[in-house]
Amino acid sequence: MDGTDCVVRFENVGLRYGLGPEVLQDISYSLAPGSFHFLVGASGAGKSSLLRLMYLALKPTRGLISLFGRDIATTTRDDLPALRRRVGVVFQEFRMLRHLSAFDNVALPLRVARTRESEIQKNVKELLEWVGLKDHMKARPPTMSGGQQQRLAIARAVIARPRLLLADEPTGNVDDRMAMRLMHLFDELNKLGTTVVIATHNETLVDRLGHPRLRLDGGHLHVHPGDGRTDAA
Amino acid sequence: MFTRRSDLQLEKDTLGRFLPWLISFMVFLSVLALAGMLVLGDLAGRWDRGMSATMTVQISPTTHGDTELSLQAAKKKDDKSRRAAVTVLKTTSGIATAEPMGEEKLLALLEPWLGGGIAAGDLPLPYLIDVEIEPGAAIDMATLENRLQAVAPGAQIDDHGIWLKHLIRLIRSAEVLALAVLVFIGLATIGTVIFTTRTGLAIHQDAIEVLHLIGAQDSYIARQFASRALMLGLKGGALGLGLALPTLWGIGYLAHSMQGGLLPDLSLQVQHWAALVMLPVVVALIAFVTARRTVMKTLAAML
Repeated sequence: MDGTDCVVRFENVGLRYGLGPEVLQDISYSLAPGSFHFLVGASGAGKSSLLRLMYLALKPTRGLISLFGRDIATTTRDDLPALRRRVGVVFQEFRMLRHLSAFDNVALPLRVARTRESEIQKNVKELLEWVGLKDHMKARPPTMSGGQQQRLAIARAVIARPRLLLADEPTGNVDDRMAMRLMHLFDELNKLGTTVVIATHNETLVDRLGHPRLRLDGGHLHVHPGDGRTDAA
Repeated sequence: MFTRRSDLQLEKDTLGRFLPWLISFMVFLSVLALAGMLVLGDLAGRWDRGMSATMTVQISPTTHGDTELSLQAAKKKDDKSRRAAVTVLKTTSGIATAEPMGEEKLLALLEPWLGGGIAAGDLPLPYLIDVEIEPGAAIDMATLENRLQAVAPGAQIDDHGIWLKHLIRLIRSAEVLALAVLVFIGLATIGTVIFTTRTGLAIHQDAIEVLHLIGAQDSYIARQFASRALMLGLKGGALGLGLALPTLWGIGYLAHSMQGGLLPDLSLQVQHWAALVMLPVVVALIAFVTARRTVMKTLAAML
């Protein structure tokens, strides 16, 4: 696969916080468009750090990262928002804006992209209904349960139909039935062409879906092909 | 350019709530300083124009003799020299008019200092001639004074120059001082807005990072801070102006009531009032631009 075709490409990427040891070492992999990967590893293995590098919240200490064929190191600051709009992120700690309603939180990615208000109203209502939060549109995140907030976070991540979806433990606070339902949502998006990476420690779920795995161990990344596609290089 | 909807809960910022009060205080002081500057500028301009267009010729009376005969002779001599002085003035190129000041007007000028009830004969009053100079005329004052003294010994020209120049210099200094006050108030406003905005950025750092990560441009975030600063600026400005206008009216009323010929006209013109009313808008715009620039500069340092 040509490097410029990849949605994400890491080459010898290393990451350290401050003067501490490298938490990620010599990470090299690429994700093909439309691929679906699970990112697994023990707690503290660096899953969240790897995701943060992918959604441009961190800069690597060394190595090369390219996103949608653009070298991040040479991308200007003004060009970053356009790249970020193509990435949907479900944060582990949700990071909803507490003073905004569920509706406004989900509408945020559309509003920053200056989408028409009529379109926002239609799409957000539809998605909130799909994730089972139709009756909580006006509720503020602090008044919602962990599971509801998680679904809200997922709705915000997928509302703008991103080309790359990154989710950090997206099923951590929901029951198995809802977890499978959300996974089907990710699957649907994937079938529509979205590249998906889900960091999870839920091995049962990973086994059941059989997608390729990116396993972090001791700061190194190991790629395990899944039952079906083997897009990770 | 402006937005009312905010993704950041800026209205809950404690410091932001103080901003209108600080701005109202600054606008209050600015309005007073600007009003002072405008009035003084107007006054100095008027005096400056007056100074170059008029002068006064003063002829002291001849020493009276002891006898009735010598008194009459002295008066006759004075009248003759005064008429000659007026003739000299009227025939001088560049002088538009030369009008002797009547005794009644002279006594009226002295009344604020000496009180009423003084007759012309009680005091050895000088003979004054009001002279108006043609615009742009250049008159050699020394030569003119010599010519006047030839026909009226003791004649002196007072072109008000020296004391008026000092007075105008004093007024100009006060104007510069008022301008400096305005500049300092402007700088203080900018400093306050920068501090408040930076505090707001620190308070909302997490929400700002989320907005960035979902693809918000810096300008999207800056607009929210700037719109908020504009609204607070307008609110504070209106309050400051609302307090300053009655104060100005009060000062004007007091000045008018105690004028009595001692104080010049200190009233504001229509264009001055318009400038004062625009001041809160200017301050609000300064707050808007400052907040926007502060946010853009701070965010530029972030990833």
